[in-house]
Amino acid sequence: MLSIKNLYANVEGKEILKGIDLEIKTGEVHAVMGPNGSGKSTLANVLTGNKSYEITSGEVWFEGKNLLEMDPETRAREGMFLAFQYPIEIPGISNATFLKTALNEIRKYKGEPELTPKEFLDLIKEKAKVLGLDESLISRAVNVGFSGGEKKRNEIFQMLMLEPKFALLDETDSGLDIDALRIVSNGVNIFRKSDNAVLVVTHYQRLLDYIIPDFVHVLSKGRIIKSGGKELALELEEKGYDWIKEEEVDTSTKLEAEKV
Amino acid sequence: MVNSKEFYIENFKTFVEKLNGQSKLFLHEIRKDALKQLAEMDFPTNRNEEWKYTNVSPILKQNFVPAVNTSAPDFSKEEINKFLFNDFDYHLLVFVNGIFSEELSEIGALPKGVVVGSLNKTAKDNPQLITAYFNKISKTDNAFNALNTLYAFDGLAAIVPDGKVLEKPIQVLYLNTSRDDLVLSQPRNLIVAGKNSQLSIIANYRGYGEKKYFTNIITEVFVDERAIVDLCKIQNESDKSYHIEKVQAHQKEKSVFNHYNITFGGAIVRNDINSRLDDQNIETHYYGLYLAGGKQHVDNHTFIDHAKPNCMSNELYKGILDDNSRGVFNGKIIVHQDAQKTNAYQQNKTILLSKTAAIDTKPQLEIFADDVKCSHGATVGHLDETSEFYISSRGVPQELAKSMLIRAFANDVIETIKIEPLKEQINHMIFEHLHRVEIVNSEESR
Repeated sequence: MLSIKNLYANVEGKEILKGIDLEIKTGEVHAVMGPNGSGKSTLANVLTGNKSYEITSGEVWFEGKNLLEMDPETRAREGMFLAFQYPIEIPGISNATFLKTALNEIRKYKGEPELTPKEFLDLIKEKAKVLGLDESLISRAVNVGFSGGEKKRNEIFQMLMLEPKFALLDETDSGLDIDALRIVSNGVNIFRKSDNAVLVVTHYQRLLDYIIPDFVHVLSKGRIIKSGGKELALELEEKGYDWIKEEEVDTSTKLEAEKV
Repeated sequence: MVNSKEFYIENFKTFVEKLNGQSKLFLHEIRKDALKQLAEMDFPTNRNEEWKYTNVSPILKQNFVPAVNTSAPDFSKEEINKFLFNDFDYHLLVFVNGIFSEELSEIGALPKGVVVGSLNKTAKDNPQLITAYFNKISKTDNAFNALNTLYAFDGLAAIVPDGKVLEKPIQVLYLNTSRDDLVLSQPRNLIVAGKNSQLSIIANYRGYGEKKYFTNIITEVFVDERAIVDLCKIQNESDKSYHIEKVQAHQKEKSVFNHYNITFGGAIVRNDINSRLDDQNIETHYYGLYLAGGKQHVDNHTFIDHAKPNCMSNELYKGILDDNSRGVFNGKIIVHQDAQKTNAYQQNKTILLSKTAAIDTKPQLEIFADDVKCSHGATVGHLDETSEFYISSRGVPQELAKSMLIRAFANDVIETIKIEPLKEQINHMIFEHLHRVEIVNSEESR
């Protein structure tokens, strides 16, 4: 589904990603973990087309298409979704207007007809129920007056509504209490299917107690220095990030071997 | 060609001839004073501090014939309908080039003793209702003010006696246009709200046709004790027109005055919005929104004069400037020595949509009391790229994402308007005026 090859990216002239290689197949859930400043959020933003980030070299293929040539809205219409670390407030625009606009743009791109008001309302009801959201949220302005947790939950709600092929979760666990974490994770688990994929970007292991990844990658200084199964996350939780850095050279060779 | 001042003074003779017997009214004495004033003063230039950023010489390059000295085109009810704000109940008054149109107006039933209609008619029939206020609230600050008073003839008169409440708002359509001559349209409005009274006015300024014209207005507002007045100006004159208005409000104890000032049209626009808070426990709210594109120039000068203690004023002016447009904001607040415990807040925020749009913004706080809370802030910026990215990352085209952010930016001003259908229609005008993609609301799906 997604193939990242030797990706380099800068922010404000500073090199953040220094050669990322990552393959994500349909039906898989990957987690990218790493300390602050390792490039996790940069990776998420680069993949969804944030213009503040400059790609200096590398390739990204999404469902056989060159992702880096697409603007953010086209990526979304092709099936990419980013749950933001810091969701934006949009006063004066209701969640209903926002979601209906987005949904219909995506449907139009796929050659599907617009949803009727009833279809749209039914969809809202169905997805809101999954997350235990009050339906009245739909008439409120996008994220305005929402708590941190409500904003994160609203991101997952948008994800469920838009049904992307590939969902990126950028630090979705930050600022969530344990109940909200469960609800959000439950939403993601309902979302994950054999025909889509998820990439979870996180600092902490705790989200991965609820969203069990198939693969865990450790990002450090803009490079993936170790990859493994879900047990790698537990190991990181126990030992911290430092122990891996020592075997860095080793790992990159191993990674190459895995890919073959 | 004579210069404009001479032209306007010269034309006064024609006006007087047309007045017939009306030159005996008290109004005419005031006009004659204005004639003297105008003769003694010049139109402002950039050398005048109050007009530093607004060059009015294009307005003075041609001589606009006062509307009272020329004929106005006839409009049918169908024709004016497209200029009206709709989907709510209102008393309708229509002024064509500043002159009341009985045929087009639908004032309807009013509470006993309330006068809502033509200033000209009120001056003839009930002068005692207005003599205490007319030209007493507003002083002549400049030649444009003198010019308005010189030809003061008609405009809105809204006189609400003590204790009366108007349930429905008054919508006043000021339709301005040039047909044969280039026209000077000069509405002269007087709003008097008695003790414990309440009224709401929508001042809807519109232009018609391709020719230039010049609208030069004075609006006087008297808000007596515990009265509440909402004055919502929505100005969408033609792109070729010039528009100047001075609003002068005078507030008494425990009164509330809310002024909304929404600007869409006009080549050169200047608003002076002034309030004197001349008693205790007064509240004043100013909300402004200016949307300019092309080569428009929009200048808002506001002045809140805190004369007495325990009053509150709050001002929020926001603007969106595109293309080569230019904005000016000057927010003056004076807190006199007597005016202890004053709360005065002011904010001006502008978004520039192009590299060539610009604004000069200046807060001007003069505080002579020592126990007050005053704050001011001014920001100028662009649409936030992160927000734009957030919206487009959901599949929304960038142009529509920009429209959503414009809508979001204007929201805290629009939200203060109390008439729901009016908000929607103003939102629509924002996108239409800035030539932006419109957001399709999804309210029906609730």
